[in-house]
Amino acid sequence: MQISARRIDTTTIFDITGDIDLANSPEIRKALLKEIKESKTPRVVMNLVKVRYIDSSGVASLVEGLKASRDAGTRFILFGLSPAAREVLQLSRLLKIFEVHDTEEQALA
Amino acid sequence: MSRDLLLKVELRSDPSMLCVVRGAMERLTETFGFSPADCRSVTRAVDEAITNIMRHSYGGQLDRPIELLCHRVPKRPGNAGGEGFEVVLTDRGPEVDPAKLRGRRLDEIKPGGLGLHFIRQSMDVVEFKREQGTNQLRLIKYLQSEKQD
Repeated sequence: MQISARRIDTTTIFDITGDIDLANSPEIRKALLKEIKESKTPRVVMNLVKVRYIDSSGVASLVEGLKASRDAGTRFILFGLSPAAREVLQLSRLLKIFEVHDTEEQALA
Repeated sequence: MSRDLLLKVELRSDPSMLCVVRGAMERLTETFGFSPADCRSVTRAVDEAITNIMRHSYGGQLDRPIELLCHRVPKRPGNAGGEGFEVVLTDRGPEVDPAKLRGRRLDEIKPGGLGLHFIRQSMDVVEFKREQGTNQLRLIKYLQSEKQD
């Protein structure tokens, strides 16, 4: 898994490549919470186009990001979910809790 | 009951091995005849079960043994479904309290506690037992019909 960040105005976009599982979800959690809690970025966007698989620990990291952004009064957005990623959010009844878009353009609109 | 061995894997409790197991399960379930959605379900259940062993049974230690066995098992008597795909995962961690094998309620928005829920939603049979100093988790998913497209 690789994670990199882009800044567009007041938005940070995390581009994730590879599977998110127990081996790397702590890295994503750390990056997300730093951006939301320390940098206080108004809008954090997760680009999941190149993520084929997310396990429960990855979902937990996304939920932590969502809760932190709610506490901070900022926005936390996901886009480009694969079928497997969409399935785990549906199974955990979290798909409607997140702000989810199909494309980066829609996420930044 | 006849059980044909499909795959036997012995691995260490290192999370970097999870992607290797997922790759094997994706191919094996596809070969077995599951639909793409059921292939993802079985792969997810096995991945989550091994994650639970690594986190909870072995407490994050990286070098403890995990055995993965996959068998073809007969279809259920009186059921319209096809043959079953059985997975048995064995670890040598401390005895697990069955009361902790419930998973959390889904109406709470909080991180954690989802793995067991994913396993139960994905598989037709989920059984746990303690035997000869090992924890054994047995999972079965049945083909929805004799042949799936």
